[in-house]
Amino acid sequence: MRDGITNILVVGIGGQGVMTAAEMLARTALSQGYDVKKTEVAGMAQRGGVVSSHVRFGPKVYSPQIDPGEADLLIGFEAAEALRWLPHLRPTGVAMVNTLRLPPPVVSAGLYDYPTDPIADLAAAGIEVHAFDAGALAEELGNPKLVNTIMLGAISEHLPFPAEVLKASIVEGFRAYKPKLADVNAQAFDAGREAGHARATTHRSAA
Amino acid sequence: MSAVVQAKAESRHLLSGNEAVARAAWEAGVRVAAAYPGTPATEILENIALYPDIYSEWSVNEKVAVEVAIGASLAGSRALAAMKHVGMNVASDAFMTQSLAGVVGGLVIVVADDVGLSSSQNEQDSRYWGRFGHMPILEPADSQEAYEMVKRAFDLSEQYEVPVVVRMTTRVCHVKAMVEFDGERIEHRAAGFQKNPQRWVMTPANAKPRLPLMHKRDRKLRELSETSDLNVVFPGGDRRIGFVTAGPAFMHVRETFPNAPVLKLGFSCPPPLEKIRAFAGQVDTLVVVEETELLLETEIRAAGIAVRGKDILPRFGELAPSVLRPAIKPLLGEPWEVPKRSQTSVFPRPPTMCASCPHLGPYFALSHIRNLNIIGDIGCYTLGAGHPWNALDTCTCMGASLSMAHGMDKGRGESDEKKHIVAVIGDSTFLHMGMQGLLNMIYNRGNVTVLLLDNRSVGMTGGQENPGTGEDLHGLPAPRVDFAKLVEGLGVRPERIRMVDPYELPTIVKLVREETRMEEPSVIITNRPCSLTDRFERLQPYAVIDDQCTGCGNCIDLGCPAIFVARRETVTAKSGKSKELVFARIDANTCTGCHMCVETCAPEAIVQPQPQNRVIRIQPHA
Repeated sequence: MRDGITNILVVGIGGQGVMTAAEMLARTALSQGYDVKKTEVAGMAQRGGVVSSHVRFGPKVYSPQIDPGEADLLIGFEAAEALRWLPHLRPTGVAMVNTLRLPPPVVSAGLYDYPTDPIADLAAAGIEVHAFDAGALAEELGNPKLVNTIMLGAISEHLPFPAEVLKASIVEGFRAYKPKLADVNAQAFDAGREAGHARATTHRSAA
Repeated sequence: MSAVVQAKAESRHLLSGNEAVARAAWEAGVRVAAAYPGTPATEILENIALYPDIYSEWSVNEKVAVEVAIGASLAGSRALAAMKHVGMNVASDAFMTQSLAGVVGGLVIVVADDVGLSSSQNEQDSRYWGRFGHMPILEPADSQEAYEMVKRAFDLSEQYEVPVVVRMTTRVCHVKAMVEFDGERIEHRAAGFQKNPQRWVMTPANAKPRLPLMHKRDRKLRELSETSDLNVVFPGGDRRIGFVTAGPAFMHVRETFPNAPVLKLGFSCPPPLEKIRAFAGQVDTLVVVEETELLLETEIRAAGIAVRGKDILPRFGELAPSVLRPAIKPLLGEPWEVPKRSQTSVFPRPPTMCASCPHLGPYFALSHIRNLNIIGDIGCYTLGAGHPWNALDTCTCMGASLSMAHGMDKGRGESDEKKHIVAVIGDSTFLHMGMQGLLNMIYNRGNVTVLLLDNRSVGMTGGQENPGTGEDLHGLPAPRVDFAKLVEGLGVRPERIRMVDPYELPTIVKLVREETRMEEPSVIITNRPCSLTDRFERLQPYAVIDDQCTGCGNCIDLGCPAIFVARRETVTAKSGKSKELVFARIDANTCTGCHMCVETCAPEAIVQPQPQNRVIRIQPHA
């Protein structure tokens, strides 16, 4: 973090909830008294394209964009997307990655290859990488849409404000608009927070 | 209702630039607002629609939207029209003359430039329109400024009786930032239309006397720009370079060179040249940072002020800090090396059509028929140019498919003699600017086969309504155009108007073949809703029975993102030729059960694993 500014890049594919996760981070930061800017390029992203959402907060934020090499945190909703945005991360940055693999049609058709192990590639770059299967956790909790809250839970201990603040902000949001989902989202947050501790290494485990 | 709509003065909100414009329009007492959807401006009207005090509509195109706003202004109401940059081209006929005649109720045109070209067919700089149309331009740099400047724009418009342009870019429209409201709605009553033919009937005799008045107004606006508090100097201790900038580029400059003096232009047209001259005198080198063309730079140089700009900065794309640093650091004698970072090479992930998209059927047909020149248009179906269809040969502007196809027919080259010309256009684009092309083709006895892909939605911008959907901006029932009757009315013979269910692949392939062979214009109209809208009904997903899949790959050719390659095998046929087999699998989470792929599968390997008790078929719309 430089000039007291936190730069978080949330990446994935259209429809995965990337923009919603970024919005939650931005709103929570705002509630903590920070100046906040959030931006994304999403024009055609709804059609299965790449989505990246930039969240910046601190005492005063000018440019809404995170430059290459300037992100403190990278939240990847898909493994290869996290790898795509690796150059945006600082050498001291942290990547929190869902191990989900979503090959696009061009890969399926054999025109391009999906990286064999994007998580290992990320770890090999020397950054701090945490990776886990957020989809499986969401399934366990009974709702695939919980991936979003799980990923936020996972990153919550790397933020300049307490994890509990982000959790409260998410759960209260659900309590106000979709009360039935409040409790399960609280569980999802905790599950993500726990899973986020898993540190990926350059060597795949032998197990 | 949205929390922002009910919010009181002095409350703070995280808003996009587009949301901020909507709130400002409400506070400013706007009574009429109109737009045609277009990225990145779409959400302006969607948000204005949340305010019940404002009459708002999706107009059929941007010219109509501006004309609606002009009419409201002449009735004395404050009015707003919003559009993306290319929409300004369409609207320009209206405002170029109205700017001469002037306005009564405040008239503000909000235009959003797609700087960086994320979702458009070109990148253009709308600031030219201010010069061309003699209209002042305000340029917000973030949501707070968008909120404040839209309100200022209405006062300015009424005071100088001129349409005012608020020029946004993607990095204002789609950036969420804090906005503090300083007021609530102030009603501006409409005085009613005051007849005055010399003023409002722009015949040559009436328009001519307006010309000197317009130029007088320009001079007054120039004086105003010199003293406007929207043109502010941000002092800085490092005076080696002073920046003149506007819009989001200001944010990037401030971020990159926090100690440099900056003259930020909020009222950027006409530019405050004397203020710039004075500022230039206080710094060693004046650098203009403007997105995207060299416009201010040219004007500043013409005023005899030494300036740098596009000699070191790019003339296209965003001027983000990562662009500014390498361009400007050398000017300070501080060479800038791009820091070494890990480089990654990941496959591209281009936007693609959705599972059960009703455009998949027509493109499957077009990709299987030879000897076609396929003239395209603006919409999701432009993706037909990509993999795996490769079945779209041009895309220029809204509505161009029909007229360009007609021209290609009339101007056939030798190599095209045996080719059939096909135009592909969507429902909303057809209503926006396409029907004129069809009328022209009929009138001039052309021969083009038109695929009118009616998915009851403005798909690419997020599923907005249009006159063909049966609903309006507010989701209320609205009269719905009958496309078959419409094209018949334009002169297409009833026999050549073919309604087709785009999911019935054999039918659509047969129809396209038949109609392209006809020696007269035909219109093939599809009738399934966009699968991302509420009109689409999701059914039980299909699956591939492994043992029955023969690896023919036909279903893959459909281009449905729910169908994946499970494995590939190379086999040698009896003839000795080797052949690649492609075995498919269907992702159950993505498949919506549209059954299109079933039609491509001869061995009947694609099935619904657990047949439902009752069979629901998605009903095509009438």
